[in-house]
Amino acid sequence: MRVALMVPCYVDMFYPRVGIATLELLERLGVDVVYPQEQTCCGQPMANSGCHEEARACEEHCARVFSSFHCVVTPSGSCTHHIRNKFTAAADSTERLNLVQNTFDLVEFLHDVLEVREFPWTSFKHRIALHTSCSAIRGLNMASMSERVHDPLFSKPKTLLRGVSGAEVVDFERVDECCGFGGTFAVTEEAVSTRMGYDKLAFMQKASPDCIVSSDMSCLMHLQGIARRQKQDIPFFHLAEILNGVSL
Amino acid sequence: MSRPIDQARNAETFLADTAHEQRLDKLLWAMRMRRDAAARQVPEWEELRTLASQIKEHTLSNLAEYLIQFEANAIANGAVVHWARDAHEHNQIVLDILTQQGARELVKSKSMLTEECELRPFLETRCVRVVETDLGERIQQLDNQPPGHIVGPAIHKTNKDVAILFSQKYGSDPDNEDTAYLAGVMREHTRPDFLKAGVGLTGANFVVADSGAIVVATNEGNADLSANTPSIHICSAGIEKVIPTTESLAVFIRLLARSATGDTITQYTSTFRGPRKGAAMHVILVDNGRSARLGMKRFWHSLKCIRCAACMNTCPVYRRSGGLSYGSTYMGPIGIIMMPTFEIRKYSELPFSSTLNASCTNVCPVKIDIHEQIYGWREVMEENDQIQVVKKEAMRVAGVVLSHSALYRTATSTLPVGLEVLPHSVIYSRLNAWGKHRDIPDVPYETFHEWYRKNRHDEVMHDQPL
Amino acid sequence: MINPSDAAARNVILDAIRGNQPAAQPMPPIPHFRNQPADLVIAFCESLAWMTGVVVTEAVPDLESFVHARFPDAKIICSSVPEYVGTIHPASFDHWSDASIIDVCVLRSPMGVAETGSVLLSDIELQVNTIALLARDIVVLLDPKQIVPNIHDAYEHPHFKSRPYCLLMTGPSGSGDIGGTVVHPAQGAKTLTVIFSPVPGDGQRSG
Repeated sequence: MRVALMVPCYVDMFYPRVGIATLELLERLGVDVVYPQEQTCCGQPMANSGCHEEARACEEHCARVFSSFHCVVTPSGSCTHHIRNKFTAAADSTERLNLVQNTFDLVEFLHDVLEVREFPWTSFKHRIALHTSCSAIRGLNMASMSERVHDPLFSKPKTLLRGVSGAEVVDFERVDECCGFGGTFAVTEEAVSTRMGYDKLAFMQKASPDCIVSSDMSCLMHLQGIARRQKQDIPFFHLAEILNGVSL
Repeated sequence: MSRPIDQARNAETFLADTAHEQRLDKLLWAMRMRRDAAARQVPEWEELRTLASQIKEHTLSNLAEYLIQFEANAIANGAVVHWARDAHEHNQIVLDILTQQGARELVKSKSMLTEECELRPFLETRCVRVVETDLGERIQQLDNQPPGHIVGPAIHKTNKDVAILFSQKYGSDPDNEDTAYLAGVMREHTRPDFLKAGVGLTGANFVVADSGAIVVATNEGNADLSANTPSIHICSAGIEKVIPTTESLAVFIRLLARSATGDTITQYTSTFRGPRKGAAMHVILVDNGRSARLGMKRFWHSLKCIRCAACMNTCPVYRRSGGLSYGSTYMGPIGIIMMPTFEIRKYSELPFSSTLNASCTNVCPVKIDIHEQIYGWREVMEENDQIQVVKKEAMRVAGVVLSHSALYRTATSTLPVGLEVLPHSVIYSRLNAWGKHRDIPDVPYETFHEWYRKNRHDEVMHDQPL
Repeated sequence: MINPSDAAARNVILDAIRGNQPAAQPMPPIPHFRNQPADLVIAFCESLAWMTGVVVTEAVPDLESFVHARFPDAKIICSSVPEYVGTIHPASFDHWSDASIIDVCVLRSPMGVAETGSVLLSDIELQVNTIALLARDIVVLLDPKQIVPNIHDAYEHPHFKSRPYCLLMTGPSGSGDIGGTVVHPAQGAKTLTVIFSPVPGDGQRSG
């Protein structure tokens, strides 16, 4: 199977190890991965700021770069949510439609397309505080949300982690409350953003995890920034790294 | 031109008072949990939400017809029906009724519409004494503050805050923080006002077209007291409160209290269909921008709101900001999407007081697409030039760089110089904001792109589009 | 009557609405939800207890003794039920505000609701609406056969389309406005006691 790898701009810049883990993981699973080098960004920072026009060129560029691929995978729930549900700045075109319909978050791709459940090369006998982003939960239906009390409980990231030998996902309070990153919100409303992140970390820490994991690096960038400032040295990993066999 | 409300700065001030902020956050999260528990008791909860949404959409899309039906039935019941285009007309009608009665005092129950219309200052400057009878509203009135939450207006205040306030205004014991004691102080002082007022005013939770009825839900019973004790009952109702039938009322009553507080129903849920003999009932149907909002393709669904405040209780931003930070009649998620329709410039920053997490949309009993409207308002602000100049320019630069591979590569290949250009080009003016309470991410040795070129150079050739 | 000075406003508002109304959307049929509790009486008692109301399920043969025993300091007892005269009748109140003197008010409700623990009171049962609003304590007689399962059933009661005032009362007056803790009373009744009592006569529906 041939997929194009979309590496979010902030992963490209700050967390290349997540892009590398995603690439290696997909290759381990027998996927032929192409990395189109002209890619830049999905347009989310501009679009989320209401700057439709400024997002347009970026989104159209993105659609063009991936136009010949019928399966695009990215290790980012927020980018996938943007492309699938909010990709409206780009003019209507077959390229835009192609990207909208064929982009998958890595977790979706593993869980729904490849239907992988075992990661036999892993050994991770540790306690994991798992954070699933709001984009992933409420935008991509990647896990059940606490607001909808009658929905059956499910979590695709948790299901995948069951295939990691020794991994234990811990429970903590307010498990699906927003971490406070929110894109540009992180700086435009810094005080509330960091308070939210601080609270989220406190709830997680009460469960005594060995590490914090998410399939969205943007949330982790924010949480890790706060943790480090608090002199907490708990490790943070993208889910791709765990599934690819990282050690603590 | 006045400056927009800076909700972020107001929130920062609120947050600096850690004790008050943490208390509010815990209290309202507990309210959200109570809502969840109540919803669990109703197997058909999601079906009720869908029904409520559809009933409201049907009604709003046939609003003229239903208002006329309501008016005819209310008049047949013996009520007087008034129409007010805006806040001023509403206030003037209330004043005219008071004047006609020779009344100089008004007791009223909670009505967000009357807050919107600024009824109290209007009347008070015309020598009418207005007594808020809802406990939370009264606390805020005595403290000269607007309501901070649409269901619990003083919920941000501690018992100690209220004890001190009551001791100043009522001469009660400043050291007695017992909730029952404080409620008793309020009761003792408000009872005489109910008994002597000639006119009482209530809001309306629902306006029922087929029976010409107004429905009001309270825990305290103060709306019933305001409506029944004096001989004149004025009911102020936004035109969007209409529902078609008594049968449909049941759907909303089952959703309202559960969404607001987690109780199955409020202690007093009352239907007012007309005056008693020798008394009068006036219904004022108020537009004040609602008919205009009805024509907003992207935003008219906000008119479905039944004022339960579930969105505020679940909103992680509201809980850490406090309701007063929004500087508006309606706050939190519903406030963000309603307030710009009243004054676009004043509330132009509110759509950015959100992480777009969508929890609000999923607790809303009438399924308003709140987070999507928040997103939509951001675009409107940008189109109407309401975004701050600095941010717009930053976005323009970001847009250019991020749509051109070569420019992007140049910017990111020279990390940490790229670090200077790009993140700062996509953020707001306060350049140090990220680093105030967070460490900046480590700058890696190379970008993914650079790593890929170096380590997978064979594939670089292979990775051409088919 | 329509106030003539509002007529212009009325037309402007209706014209604006007609101009802006979205395309008409259909009214959904409202199912009659039949999640009925196995035992309506038990469900009613639990629902009302949750709202700090009290239910007396054993027969109370002598209302006067009951009231005096439960409210020993009550001096003014206003009753609108034929079974018990009380010390004052609702018709005595020319001014509805005078009902503030009432210590205990005794009424009969034509309907209870199991889902919520509510009792229905209209101007018929109240005669003077304020007797249930200004009284300190309220005692309501309710025939348990007149408990309906849920709120959908409740709003089918003919009172809602015929009476000028209907109150669904659920427990005593309360408020959670200070610190989120609900206390009783707020402005209205301090206690609500429901006594199960078959309707006098052959138990036919009253009201």
